[in-house]
Amino acid sequence: MGKILLEMKNITKTFPGVKALDNVNLQVEEGEIHALVGENGAGKSTLMNVLSGIYPYGSYEGDIVYNGEICQFQKITDSEKKGIVIIHQELALVPQMSIGENMFLGNERGKKSAINWNETYSEADKYLKMVGLSESSRVLIKDIGTGKQQLVEIAKALAKNAKLLILDEPTSSLNETDSRALLDLMLEFKKQGMTMIIITHKLNEVVYVADKITVVRDGSTVETMDCHTMEINEDRIIRGMVGREITDRFPKRQNPFGDIVVNAGDVNMEVKNWTVHHPLYTERKVVDNVNMYVRKGEVVGIYGLMGAGRTELAMSIFGRSYGSDITGSLYINGEEMVLKNPREAINAHLAYVTEDRKGNGLVLTNPIRVNTSLANMNGVSNHGVIDVDKEYQVAVDYKEKLRTKTPSVEQNVGNLSGGNQQKVLLAKWMFTDPDILILDEPTRGIDVGAKYEIYCIINDLVNAGKSVVMISSELPEVIGMSDRIYIMNEGKFVGEMKAEEATQENIMACILQSGRGEEA
Amino acid sequence: MAKFLENIKKNAMLIVLVLVYVFFVVMTEGKMFSPLNFNALITQNAYVFILATGMLMCMLTGGNIDLSCGSFVCFIGAIGGILMVVKELPAGVSIFVMLLVGVVYGCILGFLVAYVDIPPWIATLAGYLAFRGWGTALLSENSSTGSIAPFPQTFLSIFSGKIFETPINELNIVCVAVGVIASVIVVAVNFLTRANRLKKGYEADSLVSVIVKSTLSVAVIMLFAYKLALAGGIPTVLIWVVAIVLIYSFITSKTTLGRYFYTIGGNKEATRLSGVDTKKIMFFAYLNMAVLTVITSYIVIARFQAANSTAGTNYEMDAIAACVVGGVSAYGGSGSVFGMVVGATLIGVINLGMQLLNVDADKQKIVKGIVLLGAVVFDILAARKNANK
Repeated sequence: MGKILLEMKNITKTFPGVKALDNVNLQVEEGEIHALVGENGAGKSTLMNVLSGIYPYGSYEGDIVYNGEICQFQKITDSEKKGIVIIHQELALVPQMSIGENMFLGNERGKKSAINWNETYSEADKYLKMVGLSESSRVLIKDIGTGKQQLVEIAKALAKNAKLLILDEPTSSLNETDSRALLDLMLEFKKQGMTMIIITHKLNEVVYVADKITVVRDGSTVETMDCHTMEINEDRIIRGMVGREITDRFPKRQNPFGDIVVNAGDVNMEVKNWTVHHPLYTERKVVDNVNMYVRKGEVVGIYGLMGAGRTELAMSIFGRSYGSDITGSLYINGEEMVLKNPREAINAHLAYVTEDRKGNGLVLTNPIRVNTSLANMNGVSNHGVIDVDKEYQVAVDYKEKLRTKTPSVEQNVGNLSGGNQQKVLLAKWMFTDPDILILDEPTRGIDVGAKYEIYCIINDLVNAGKSVVMISSELPEVIGMSDRIYIMNEGKFVGEMKAEEATQENIMACILQSGRGEEA
Repeated sequence: MAKFLENIKKNAMLIVLVLVYVFFVVMTEGKMFSPLNFNALITQNAYVFILATGMLMCMLTGGNIDLSCGSFVCFIGAIGGILMVVKELPAGVSIFVMLLVGVVYGCILGFLVAYVDIPPWIATLAGYLAFRGWGTALLSENSSTGSIAPFPQTFLSIFSGKIFETPINELNIVCVAVGVIASVIVVAVNFLTRANRLKKGYEADSLVSVIVKSTLSVAVIMLFAYKLALAGGIPTVLIWVVAIVLIYSFITSKTTLGRYFYTIGGNKEATRLSGVDTKKIMFFAYLNMAVLTVITSYIVIARFQAANSTAGTNYEMDAIAACVVGGVSAYGGSGSVFGMVVGATLIGVINLGMQLLNVDADKQKIVKGIVLLGAVVFDILAARKNANK
């Protein structure tokens, strides 16, 4: 047993009306990777905010013992001085500034009166090398991909002399390859003696990197598992997180499509030779000659790494809401359609449930009621005059149907958890009475329990004869939920397989064979 | 008790308004409470109510503002002066032409903001500079004094003066009657809404709160009716202001069009992907602003009975201030016509009160600045407190 670097003892943090943390105990040994898992709202982030001083000493009860001494952090810089550095889920980088400028933001090199740019950039290059980036630190953040931005965040933490690195959902916006690279980097740092705490929903990652796993549930630490002394698998962790056994992560559905034989009458939507160009760099093809169809009552998965063009494909089909110079033909119920804007797409019974709930899905400052009716105001109004009572009723109906957890539909959507926000977003699109739903990453960033409920909603939809196109970058989900899977890489469809044939290995193989693989 | 506190918080600005008003009544030894000053409160501030209504619609779409409206009031005034006084065209034709000019400007501005994506404050800053210059130039070309007058009586009587005017201190029966009718309507609407909600089985306000709300509304309406009746009758501009406030209250709270203004301010992209033509809404916000600016211009020329080059100076700032003090979010997505009316009235009361106390004009500006800042700080702190809950 190594030396205990950090011990959080009996931490209790109360917000007005709610106990976010209740007597939490956490021990982290020097030089280990400690995973913190739990459902959304379980209190993981709150705990880390206590540790890093975002919630100052005195606003919580209990003690933080770091390196043998009791710490009383008043602000983030206090904890950073001790070498505790937190990397938040949302990247905190300024896109228009260079890597070097970002890396030393608030920690500038040089004298008080002037920044020493030479030192800044040469130091930055040094840290970039440590995280395995070959870019010059003078490159602007906006010109590098999300995967590399995440690495810059880590380099930035290293520049603060981090001894205890806390990574909050570091891979939530990364594709599989970038995620794997990041995890390997963590293992590399571990060898050099760094201590890390990782918060993540992706249990395969936990199994891959963690030495110890602490499960947080309803504001308390439930158990700590030692990966070296006991057998750890994903099911075991899930059982700890939800407090019960989840026998099947994907609810069963009768699969009506045993073989891939197309009956013309069954096809709900078909896309032929669909090509989309980038809206700004118009010579670049983002979607390249895609052919696909989806039948009534079918879930079609589209798997692809981030940047493969999946969202772009979906949005271009949905009323040309993305891209320029779109060519190809779209058939809905066998009839060729030209959908010029989202309104026409909605009228053609098409729905696009965005991957970015907060960015372009929901109006966070408005109540559930307003969000539910937004895409179908005609359904709750007469000649442009809203029947607020009816609107209220619609929102309540969907709230009950989808089991959205909220005290009232007058609650602002911004106050809901990720899973419940996703349900409101689904409700909004279900209220437009679509025949074809395109769900873009429908379970991103939501916990296991809520995921299961979303899967059940998807099953109910296809059982009612709707078609679902599900875009996802989680392989188990695509394989578990789809009847048929299209594999997309670099704007092209590079494979199609039935769910029974699909395995993680042959899907990845399909992508690797398709050519250069992904971005260099 | 919790509900009572919540009510207080929700109507904080309204309570501040009452306190400030009482403060000035006491300080002016009752002068503030006189019929003539009730009249002045309305006629002096009518322009703020109308401009702020347009500004509210712009601000809802994401904190967008129109800096050009004050200068445009002057420009439209100059055009009106040339048409009615210099060219001696009939009032009706002139009113129509002025409106047409407003629509043309609104279309150009709306097009630039919505379709060319020029930041509104830059697009309107151009108008702020250009129309002040153009308006002044037109006035000095057509008049040696830089001011055009007199306007025809038909025009003046549509936008200024009183309805069925009676001598001061003689009770104007029409005014009282209108007050009674308005009171009856307000009470009826309050109770019918509640009955309707209960019938359909929805949550409704308690009977007590409906009674309290109705009593307070009737008290305010009748106070105004009584005071205005003694001051010669209903000011014509009040009709314009009430009509506009009611129409926009309805649009913002009850129509899909109004709803879209809020959702665009909350999340433009989400609104676009929900099938709403967001560009059209942005276009409409600025077209609407220009039309309301023209109406403002009518009442301003009518009040001063002349078109001159200083007309409309700083009006855009008054309108923005009224919105902000009235709780309209500077980032868009929230705010109400009622709040704006309270904000505009509060600023009007402070202006009038300080005038009656003979406070120096420069010092009045200091006070107004502090009130504006205070309102925003209050707004943001309240929002933060809510978010922490």
